[in-house]
Amino acid sequence: QPVMSKLFISVVSWLVAFAINHRVGGQSHKRRRTSEPIEIEDRLESLICRVGEKSTSSLESNLEGLAGVLEADLPNYKNKILRILCAVARLLPEKLTVYTTLVGLLNARNYNFGGEFVEAMIRQLKETLKANLYTEALYLVRFLSDLVNCHVIAAPSMVAMFENFVSVTQEEDVPQVRSDWFVYVVLSSLPWVGKELYEKKDVEMDRLLNQIDGYLKRRLKTHVPMLQVWTAEKPHPQEEYLDCLWAQIQKLKKDRWQERHILRPYIAFDSVLCEALQHNLPPFTPPAHTPDCQYPVPRVVFRVFDYTDAPEGPVMPGSHSVERFVIEENLHNIIKSHWKERKTCAAQLLSYPGKNKIPLNYHIVEVIFGELFQLPCPPHIDVMYTTLLIELCKLQPGSLPQVLAQATEMMYMRLDTMNTTCIDRLLNWFSHHLSNFQFRWSWDDWADCLAMDADKPKPKFVKEVLEKCMRLSYHQRIVDIVPPTFSALIPAEPIFFYKYQDEANSKCAGYAVAITVGNAIKNRASNEEILTVLKDVPNPNQEDDDDEGEGFNPLKIEVFLQTLLHLAAKSFSHSFSALAKFHEILKALTDCDEGKLHILRVVYEVWRNHPQMISVLVDKLIRTQIVDCAAVANWLFSPNMAHEFTRFYVWEILHSTIRKMNKHVQKIQKELEEAKEKLEKQQHKKDSGDEEDMERNSEDEDGQLEEQIERLQEKVESAQSEQKNLFLVIFQRFIMMLTEHLVRCETGSVDFNTPWYKNCIERLQQIFLMHHVTIQQYVGTLENLLFTAELDHHILAVYQQFCALQL
Amino acid sequence: MSIKLNALFSDSYVDVSQYRDQHFKGNRYEQEKLLKQSNTLYVGNLSFYTTEEQVYELFSKSGDVKRIIIGLDKVKKTACGFCFVEYYTRADAENAMRFVNGTRLDDRIIRTDWDAGFKEGRQYGRGKSGGQVRDEYRQDYDPARGGYGKVVARPQSIRTTT
Repeated sequence: QPVMSKLFISVVSWLVAFAINHRVGGQSHKRRRTSEPIEIEDRLESLICRVGEKSTSSLESNLEGLAGVLEADLPNYKNKILRILCAVARLLPEKLTVYTTLVGLLNARNYNFGGEFVEAMIRQLKETLKANLYTEALYLVRFLSDLVNCHVIAAPSMVAMFENFVSVTQEEDVPQVRSDWFVYVVLSSLPWVGKELYEKKDVEMDRLLNQIDGYLKRRLKTHVPMLQVWTAEKPHPQEEYLDCLWAQIQKLKKDRWQERHILRPYIAFDSVLCEALQHNLPPFTPPAHTPDCQYPVPRVVFRVFDYTDAPEGPVMPGSHSVERFVIEENLHNIIKSHWKERKTCAAQLLSYPGKNKIPLNYHIVEVIFGELFQLPCPPHIDVMYTTLLIELCKLQPGSLPQVLAQATEMMYMRLDTMNTTCIDRLLNWFSHHLSNFQFRWSWDDWADCLAMDADKPKPKFVKEVLEKCMRLSYHQRIVDIVPPTFSALIPAEPIFFYKYQDEANSKCAGYAVAITVGNAIKNRASNEEILTVLKDVPNPNQEDDDDEGEGFNPLKIEVFLQTLLHLAAKSFSHSFSALAKFHEILKALTDCDEGKLHILRVVYEVWRNHPQMISVLVDKLIRTQIVDCAAVANWLFSPNMAHEFTRFYVWEILHSTIRKMNKHVQKIQKELEEAKEKLEKQQHKKDSGDEEDMERNSEDEDGQLEEQIERLQEKVESAQSEQKNLFLVIFQRFIMMLTEHLVRCETGSVDFNTPWYKNCIERLQQIFLMHHVTIQQYVGTLENLLFTAELDHHILAVYQQFCALQL
Repeated sequence: MSIKLNALFSDSYVDVSQYRDQHFKGNRYEQEKLLKQSNTLYVGNLSFYTTEEQVYELFSKSGDVKRIIIGLDKVKKTACGFCFVEYYTRADAENAMRFVNGTRLDDRIIRTDWDAGFKEGRQYGRGKSGGQVRDEYRQDYDPARGGYGKVVARPQSIRTTT
């Protein structure tokens, strides 16, 4: 009898899986005749993952059915089911209440299973915290707290866990970001469980909230200015994330914890669930702080819309309503789950449950831009957001593009106070977006920028956008897409400037040699032949009877490089080939720092109307080691480039240079790690392996590996030293420029806060923000050498804000 | 902690397509292996007028581009509507598959696909007339790809071919 019913139940679960998959249109399975254990495990995973998706039956009925199936499978597949449920708790926060309901139903049917699940969750919580997976740990705690609503966990034990979390605020000598996180976890669970906890333990909860209040009042907010997208308070204050959440929770409390937005399937099962026996959470002590802990960086809440912005339809929940928090959380989580699959992501966003009660398109656009502009860095790669928005426009062609246009318009109007890093991202997004829609835009709406100084944010923005648009198309296209009134903002035609162009320049020093070199190259002369020709170039830096002129000769570089690049100007590939072919000569000419600097100057001179070409050439010059990263930094900060200092491409080049340096260091570090691991493995083999066999080869191999490791160690140290030096050069230059400006303004009694200053100080911020993980290593040196107390407090503030990101 | 929930977190944009290069020197298994490790993408449906610069700008959005090879008409040695984009890392190429594939360049929806790796000779179109095979037989008029397909442009050759 028991065997038959087991078989029957397995068949039933197969049928249910088949039915659910069929309706939902899930992935194509190969339908095998017999049900093997692996098969059933896969089906269980599929069943659990897909519950809550679109179905012809109600959610309640699906949950009921699934609970029945899982209960029946517990004897044979308990561990698998436990693991799957723990995984969905950790990875699918947007479906939190669906799964807590499921666990609630299972607990009602099988008390022991409920207990084992809670234990497994606690184990998982410990593991995620140990592994610095704070976001996942947050979801686990929120899941546990919602289990109180499902009568799985007793409220008092949840309160006790929260009390332990909040007590972290009493710890001394720990980073603020640590206690921030524990407070955030408690506050962000309250929309789900606040009501229930207050009903059972209001005295304790009040005490808890008071403690949190005290903490929030005394914590430092040094980091906030660096993380705000706009510096202005109007129209929407850019609030620090904990402050915003606190305001939302306080309002929720005032409303007596009435929360109506969250979907709560467990309410329908109340009669079943309230019969269940609850479990107590074991006492949970937050793991102690160690230097290895990497807590999440603080955030500022991005707001661009409020209830006045959605003209018709449902009203947008206020910025301090808990609904706003929950909606934004869920939308962020959907993006987190599906960012790699843009169609799925867009579909999931647009099918948000409860979408008819909110202006969903506005929330979606706000959340997406919030991520794109997040400081220090967006959670995902920038281009994902562009493509996601395009996908959303495809799915909602009648409504989403208008919301997007509205947001763009609003952001244009507030450019004056927008953080420079965010302006970069905005113009990258906007130009790329336009290129997918034939560059159609109501440029005339922005005619106000034409009357402004070119260095003001609005005209600057439009100019940079048009330049980026040109890179994705061609010059004439840009001329065609803007009204004639905008002609001053159209980018220059990307032509080459050749010094030795024609007879008119024949008086130029080096003109004759330039012609000879040009011919030599065209006739495929060898490197030696060309070098011989170049010997005839006089050195303006030297006295006549000096040595052979082996030192730095700027004219030689100029003559050769101008001519070479002129011949290769046709395309990137042509120029790259040229650099590769004459690598030897270029190396020889630029052996010293001045040589490297001059080569960059020449590249700029000839290609100053084609910033994209400058960018790719500099990239190649670094990669082929003709110039080094520090040379590029020095060049960009040099007086020759001062007039370009606020151009977007200059910062593209600088950040690309820093990234190359960082990747280089990481690469060698990885090689070193791998070599060390290899050695360890080999030695391990020696210890446990066959003595005779191993001995003969191992000593040689070990010796070789050890040598290699030593070499790599040196390489790593040298690379790290180069990296540190690069940052020092950059920071030094910034400090010099900014100090000079501030002193000059002070002596002249002029306001220092010019557009140039705003740009410069925010570019300094940007260096810290974009590379904060790398720069952390060099904080000691920076503080001792550069960011000392003597520094002007405006400059020092930037450094202090950066430090506050992990303090 | 080890469960990944494969059922849910698919990454289908990164999957290898059904296309296999018929000229590939090696067996199917070898080709598959290279495709799965490749940092190189084939990019199709480009306009003949799309430049290397434009391709660089667009594809740089998913990471640093190592090199671009513009596809050429074998006879005319002019661009014939495809190219190869090679990245320094696979991860950057994957992001291109996820976020650049299926979007527009020069107002055309471009298509990217994994490529086993550039070899000299693969930059040329394989159509009889020198361009790409798809331009030999298509019936529509596409001003950015030389107008009508070759089969439409010279119907005589169809009648005289056996």
